[in-house]
Amino acid sequence: MTTVSLTVNGKAVSANLDPRTLLVQFLRENLRLTGTHVGCDTSQCGACIVHIDGKAVKACTTLAVSLDGASVTTIEGLAANGTLHPMQEAFREHHGLQCGFCTPGMIMSAVDIVNRRGSVLDEKTIREDLDGNICRCTGYHNIVKAVAAGAQAMGASSAPARQAAE
Amino acid sequence: MSATGIGAAVRRKEDHRFITGQGRYTDDINRPGQAHAYFLRSPHAHATLDKIDTKAAAAMPGVLGIFTGDDLTADKVGGLICGWMIHNKDGSPMRAGPHPALAQGKVRYVGDHVCVIVAETLAQARDAAEAIVVDYGVLPAVVDTASAAGAKTVVHAEAPDNTVFNWHLGNKDATEKAFKAAKHVTKLDIVNNRLVPNPMEPRAAVGDYDDGEGAFTLYTTSQNPHVARLVLSAFIGIAPENKLRVVAPDVGGGFGSKIFIYAEETVCVWAAKKVRRPVKWTSDRTEAFLSDAHGRDHVTHAELATDADGKITALRVHTTANLGAYLSTFSSSVPTYLYAPLLSGQYDIPAVYAEVDAVYTNTAPVDAYRGAGRPEATFVVERLVEVAARELGKDPAKFRMQNYIKKFPHQTPVIMMYDTGNYAASMKKALEIIDYKGIGKRKRDSARNGKLRGIGFSSYIEACGIAPSAAVGSLGAGVGLWESAEVRVNPVGTVEVLTGSHSHGQGHETTFAQLVSGRLGIPIENVSIIHGDTDKVQMGMGTYGSRSGAVGMSAIFKALDKVIAKGKKVAAYVLEADEADIDFADGHFKVKGTDRTLDFGSCALQAYVAHKFNGQDLEPGLKEGAFYDPTNFTFPAGVHICELEIDPETGITRIERWAAVDDFGIVINPMIVEGQVHGGIAQGVGQALLEGARYNADGQLVTASFMDYCMPRADDLPSFDVGMTVTPCPSNPLGIKGCGEAGAIASPPAVINAITDALGHEDIAMPATPQAVWRAAQKSIKRMAAE
Repeated sequence: MTTVSLTVNGKAVSANLDPRTLLVQFLRENLRLTGTHVGCDTSQCGACIVHIDGKAVKACTTLAVSLDGASVTTIEGLAANGTLHPMQEAFREHHGLQCGFCTPGMIMSAVDIVNRRGSVLDEKTIREDLDGNICRCTGYHNIVKAVAAGAQAMGASSAPARQAAE
Repeated sequence: MSATGIGAAVRRKEDHRFITGQGRYTDDINRPGQAHAYFLRSPHAHATLDKIDTKAAAAMPGVLGIFTGDDLTADKVGGLICGWMIHNKDGSPMRAGPHPALAQGKVRYVGDHVCVIVAETLAQARDAAEAIVVDYGVLPAVVDTASAAGAKTVVHAEAPDNTVFNWHLGNKDATEKAFKAAKHVTKLDIVNNRLVPNPMEPRAAVGDYDDGEGAFTLYTTSQNPHVARLVLSAFIGIAPENKLRVVAPDVGGGFGSKIFIYAEETVCVWAAKKVRRPVKWTSDRTEAFLSDAHGRDHVTHAELATDADGKITALRVHTTANLGAYLSTFSSSVPTYLYAPLLSGQYDIPAVYAEVDAVYTNTAPVDAYRGAGRPEATFVVERLVEVAARELGKDPAKFRMQNYIKKFPHQTPVIMMYDTGNYAASMKKALEIIDYKGIGKRKRDSARNGKLRGIGFSSYIEACGIAPSAAVGSLGAGVGLWESAEVRVNPVGTVEVLTGSHSHGQGHETTFAQLVSGRLGIPIENVSIIHGDTDKVQMGMGTYGSRSGAVGMSAIFKALDKVIAKGKKVAAYVLEADEADIDFADGHFKVKGTDRTLDFGSCALQAYVAHKFNGQDLEPGLKEGAFYDPTNFTFPAGVHICELEIDPETGITRIERWAAVDDFGIVINPMIVEGQVHGGIAQGVGQALLEGARYNADGQLVTASFMDYCMPRADDLPSFDVGMTVTPCPSNPLGIKGCGEAGAIASPPAVINAITDALGHEDIAMPATPQAVWRAAQKSIKRMAAE
């Protein structure tokens, strides 16, 4: 067993784990954060995507014990103080989900795309950058629309904050 | 139209929990003291089970129990069932072998269930599985669909030639006569490729046993929990229905694959009593590939006869359908009554004849997958029609319009009575959307860039709203296909609707609430939709076959009629008027010709306090239920046009435009309906370009992960142009036809017709992968050079 201490959704967490425990198992089974899903076993589908230190990572192929000192954000930690994240809001507004199973990973991936590429995204970029997320319900049409709108909203909401900081 | 009533693009009520990670799927459920199940699966496609030695495994850490087929037999647990009896041409019943939940004596496909290990943790169960020694007597496997019948290897002794049934439909003599008289006959050999449904949520089950009550609870990934309870109780014998609760909570997609009652949930719920602990099983993705029911897998020869005017006079097909190693729950209905009755397509064809041979093979069971039989039929019809138009030198759109059914109702030669439609209207709208007039220029532009551009049509029809109970009963169904609903009005006028339909992505919590909100004139927030729990909803037949709108909502509609009728009685007492003088509109009961009104909430309160009427004259309370049995199938239809470009140097096909014009009758929520169309098209494009389940000659599934089986991703697809035409369905009170399967039915032939248009020849099969397209394009280039 190995001890690991990390931050999950802003809260300090420590655990004594079997070293083979995957991050997704740790989140779902130890912390009961069941919003992060397992859709495959080969790192293909992206239903398990979370942010580690601000970057999108597939939690199904990350060992929990490798994350000592890291900061993990899951779908449950995305809304701040009861206010939905603009990307969550965009998925609802644009019907970017049907069964909801791939949705947490899609939203975490979409936020990461905006973090990497900025808030103005064309369709081709969104489609190529969603390559690591599989959805079987939507045909991606409305997900692409949601990501573009969510990106724009993220840009608009961060602009005043940036100005204030400057 | 109110802001939340029928026709409004209401944002979904269920989304909040999904976008915040608070969805509750089966694998999210953990019962106190829960143990974990792991299934040891056969690595061989076909073998005798000579000995299963579990002694060493049973002594391993954490192991609570290891069970084989013999343990199920000892407890009188029956095998899995097929719920649709098909009769052979000679009238004899189909020949089916037993389908034990855990193998008995023999395993018949890779992934077949040898035994189950229940342990404290999943890792311990897996470790123990490795210590089990199984002596297999490996047998040759029969894998290939076309050559299974009469093969030396026999899958089930009950079907000695591997043939489950030889079935037929239509008028053989009239069809032969029409072919003899035909001016032209178009012939095609078609393989409808085997697919794996792959909802993103893998199947899962948690079985629980309450010794105090002597009752079981099963949480499971099901599209139809009541059917699961019925089968587990009445046929498999787990427990009487009043001692078995089945809960299907949030379900992450189904596409047909979660209709069926599988071995794993059967074993989990049974084992919970054996080990006196809740037992959980969650499929991993490779297990899903191996053991979820697959779809399609037809080999077909088809012919279309036309006269001198280009009028279609007859169609005939011979299809061999692979049903896999065992008959899954509805498997036998898919290549028969869900297939051949759609072979008339949208066309006025006087004579149709279909022969279907269904075979056993050493592969995973095959059953309904989105569209179920109707995509296979549409592929046959729409490929034949497109090729016929080419052979006759006719424009494919005009050739279709020439042969469309134009008068309704229309009786086809293959059972169906089409009630209404306007096929030419959909075609015309689709031609406009795709800018058909400009296709010549776009083809020339592509050619200048060294690319091949093609355009392909698909005029599909489907039979949905499944189905009138007496009709399906006469065709061999073991169940009735009505739906039930209960509308419970609370004393303050809020409403709970209990429905036997099940939502696993379709958005029923929103669309069903729209119906209730509009009808009762109450805010949509005041309506809750409850489904997926046999302890809450009395009975239901579940969601598949695009039936939840046409059948499930019609049941709610009927129950609402009763609520309003009862409300009028209450209002008559309160308003001191004659019941016949009470109208109900916009959420208010009103005495005709006066300004005396009672709002719906106040009426509900009066119904419960019962102060204004005598409880002997009128029962207190406001709660009504209804069962709705449809009088006909519904017939959604439309036209999809695909335009694509092939790079002959790489074989890569890019879909450039997609026009979809569908007639779903009355639409409750256009946002949700368009979403269903998008998703269906993506699955059909997946079948046409990317997806194919492949077994090697030994029966090993060589496409058993997302690394090997190509799922459509965002950059494989375009955005879609979706339009609609409307002819209301006359057979149900809401005019709904259904939309869930249309995209998957329409799209494969549209893609292949476009590819073959680009290639200039018909020699390509699904999936048209870059390699296949590259080879086919080389043939096109050689031909062009020769010309």
